[in-house]
Amino acid sequence: MSDKKVTIEVDGRKLEATAGQMLIEVTDAAGIEVPRFCYHKKLSIAANCRMCLVEVEKAPKPLPACATPVMDGMVVKTRSPLAIQAQQGTMEFLLINHPLDCPICDQGGECELQDVAIGYGDDASRYVEVKRVVKDEDIGPLIETEMTRCIHCTRCVRFGAEIAGIRELGATGRGEHMRIGTYVGTTVTSEMSGNVIDLCPVGALTAKPSRYQARAWELTQTNAIAPHDSVGSNVHLHLRRGQVMRAVPADNEAINETWISDRDRFAYQGLSAGDRATQPLVKENGGWRPIEWSDALALAVEKLRDARAEANALAAPHATLEELFLLRKLMAGLDAPSLDYRLRQADFRATSAVPGYGLSIADIERLDAALLVGSNLRKDLPIINHRLRKAALNGGDVMVLNPVDYEFNYPLGGALITSPSNMVASLAGIARAVGVSADGAIGELIDGAAENDETNRLAARLTAADKAWVAVGALAEAHPDYAVLQAIASAIAEASGAVFGFLPMASNSVGAALVGCVPSDGGLDAVQQLSQPGKTSILLDIEPAQDCLNPAQAMRTLDETAFVIAISSFASDSLKACADLILPMAAFAETSGTFINGEGVWQRFDGCVRPLGEARPGWKILRVLGTMLELDGFDYESPAQVHDEVRAMIGDRGIDNSLDDPGDVEPWRPKGMQRIGDVPIYRIDALTRRATALQQTGEPVSALACINAALAKRLRIADRGQVKVGQGGKSVVMAVRVSERVPNDTVWCPAAVDGSELLGPQIGDITLEKA
Amino acid sequence: MKAATDKNSLFDAKIRAEIDHWIAKYPPDWKQGACMAALRIVQDANGGWLSNELMDDVASYLDMPPIAVYEVATFYSMYELKPVGKHKVCVCTNVSCMLNGCDRIVEHLEGRLGIKFGEVTEDGRFSLKEVECLGACGGAPMLQIGNKYYENLTPDLVDSILDGLE
Ligand code: SF4
Ligand code: FES
Ligand code: FES
Repeated sequence: MSDKKVTIEVDGRKLEATAGQMLIEVTDAAGIEVPRFCYHKKLSIAANCRMCLVEVEKAPKPLPACATPVMDGMVVKTRSPLAIQAQQGTMEFLLINHPLDCPICDQGGECELQDVAIGYGDDASRYVEVKRVVKDEDIGPLIETEMTRCIHCTRCVRFGAEIAGIRELGATGRGEHMRIGTYVGTTVTSEMSGNVIDLCPVGALTAKPSRYQARAWELTQTNAIAPHDSVGSNVHLHLRRGQVMRAVPADNEAINETWISDRDRFAYQGLSAGDRATQPLVKENGGWRPIEWSDALALAVEKLRDARAEANALAAPHATLEELFLLRKLMAGLDAPSLDYRLRQADFRATSAVPGYGLSIADIERLDAALLVGSNLRKDLPIINHRLRKAALNGGDVMVLNPVDYEFNYPLGGALITSPSNMVASLAGIARAVGVSADGAIGELIDGAAENDETNRLAARLTAADKAWVAVGALAEAHPDYAVLQAIASAIAEASGAVFGFLPMASNSVGAALVGCVPSDGGLDAVQQLSQPGKTSILLDIEPAQDCLNPAQAMRTLDETAFVIAISSFASDSLKACADLILPMAAFAETSGTFINGEGVWQRFDGCVRPLGEARPGWKILRVLGTMLELDGFDYESPAQVHDEVRAMIGDRGIDNSLDDPGDVEPWRPKGMQRIGDVPIYRIDALTRRATALQQTGEPVSALACINAALAKRLRIADRGQVKVGQGGKSVVMAVRVSERVPNDTVWCPAAVDGSELLGPQIGDITLEKA
Repeated sequence: MKAATDKNSLFDAKIRAEIDHWIAKYPPDWKQGACMAALRIVQDANGGWLSNELMDDVASYLDMPPIAVYEVATFYSMYELKPVGKHKVCVCTNVSCMLNGCDRIVEHLEGRLGIKFGEVTEDGRFSLKEVECLGACGGAPMLQIGNKYYENLTPDLVDSILDGLE
């Protein structure tokens, strides 16, 4: 598009525009209303609904504003008799087949069709003939269909093709018989599928989990930050009588544009799970008894006083900045150095101070090349993957080094799929091909690495690219040689002129690093804390059976720890098994706070519903503990005061991806088969795990061992049979799937699912035998 | 966890060769241009109709999303999505044919075959299909069987046409 400026006149107003822009973009920018159904600023132009017809002088008939490029001197009338007649005519035709069942339609009150019909339609229909009826398909647990209401704008179809990258919905049939659907009635699987609910201008596609729960005009809207990944998508929460009824995206071009992932949209369901912690509970003789807050706090204080410097604390990286800061301050007050948030990190030999993306989210779509090291990006960070997809469709090369051949929704520029233990050597091969010169053990590793066609190809593309990114993901973090992988990846980035970064998972991973929720001198990191039973441990918003690298060991250690204080929104059975005291904490939407996303952007949010039962905001619980422990500086009156103090403490520090030398690089050598235990998309945190609709989407929710055909043959295991999986002395019987996406001698066995809590580290030795 | 299908496992060699002939007519990254031809070839080889599985195979063969193939197959009336008779009798009922008495022809066919539009005779020999203008208005009323047009129809003519078929 040229930048030539043109001047047009719309309804008597002179407007500046760029040649080639569509008329509707210019009128939208000027706040002149033109009705539309099929046009959407983020989708291609279809011009099939004809609702946007306007009069253009010298044109023989009305023209669609969404598909008419502006030209210098163009004179447009959006409300002339000709335009109005065209709009009314279109509206009448659109309503011919529409059921007009607004009283029983979830979209009623927030329906573009209703609004435009009122604004531009006639008040009575002349149509008396029979209307068409379309049979509904079940397209899964997230989206409800009522296809008789569809006006065939094809926004949902274009969304699938252009944004989600998997075309699942389509228009089958013709004319009167045309309908939108999957044709075969399959479940829509995109991790961003829920966006079609917002895109659909009528009530054809609505949110299934909130169906018939509330009318649009009963809801009040508030702003929030989605707490399920490091993107920090902006959302609106829709509330009724103090309850979150649904979540929808809020526009933020720099972060989530106009989209949100299904996880951010539907995880709110977990707020009403049956096992929410609603009152303080204490363990007595193996059973649980509710107690008063004052007694609970006194007990916690007593146990923390007992332990003092020996107290341990682990915090979830999705806790708010204020909570994490107060926890750190509390531990500092006790002179207790053992604090950590890196619950899934396996190797602490060296790590960046504040791992983050290293570039802005918006810049990701402008990359020419990216190398992802150990990441199922599409499921881990759907919005980042969406940005990277744009880069790929623009000719960029997205390349991966992964232990599973994960599905991406765009063609990869290269993929090295190899067992976890081989990842180090493969990465070193890329480093060698890139021409990294490093000293010490890392240098030796690289010099000794083998290059092959694929490593050379990846290296060549990375070096040739103008703007490139090397990003280390969640699977690398769980790798026993994380420090080595980081060091090599960073060296590759440096040698190839790429930006080096990380793909932190949680909404506040960066915030946790910035407030320093890590062990100080002599303190224990997460792995150490969870391998040696201590005196008193604090768990902030953690479910150890799901949220830790090695759940079996974590549960055993916590069980043997003298006293475990769980500050938690949920009181699950597994938490009850290892905790001694549960302090009920306000959950997402119930508390104010701040998240710092993977890019380093601070985003504050307010609580908008009351904490359930006797639950209290985390910052208040920690503040009271601080005061009762008679520690200095805990007399805050508002979360804003806490926030200001954190702000001052962090100052202008931000993401810092620079690395220390890992020193010893003796790599992990598996004894036999290796486990790849990634965390499935809907098992990422306590809230998501309780979102019932997300649990039904077909993403992994229970233990599963996935092996390739060669291994299955060797072990004489049949696809879809049962297998006994062992790690660290325990074994679990689970279902088997045979898939060629898994390399030789590895078992893809997801973590954080039902049944996986008895297993060991996410990446490590594993045994498999016929059940 | 859907792995890429081996294309040689789809269809038999003859069908693959025919489809490849059509793929070759389009630029390499526009394989989907061969979709209509591929559907026709596969339909002919399957006794005149397309099952969902066959459409999925065409999708895999042409690297298209299955829904895009369903869209094509449901749009054009020459694709059959249910089994049809050995002889598919397509009767035009559009304006010219209607004005020239196609109703009488339809009535006669229905009576003789004992089936309605969209149905197949029990012996599987005939199916009846209503179609729009086939561009033979000059010979209205008309019908098509296989790739042959029969024009200026009368009930007697219809009988002799049907009698002449195997
Ligand atoms: S279902 Fe909704 S978004 Fe899709 S074509 Fe119909 S009206 Fe448009
Ligand atoms: S919005 Fe312009 S034709 Fe639909
Ligand atoms: S109307 Fe029947 S062939 Fe044209």
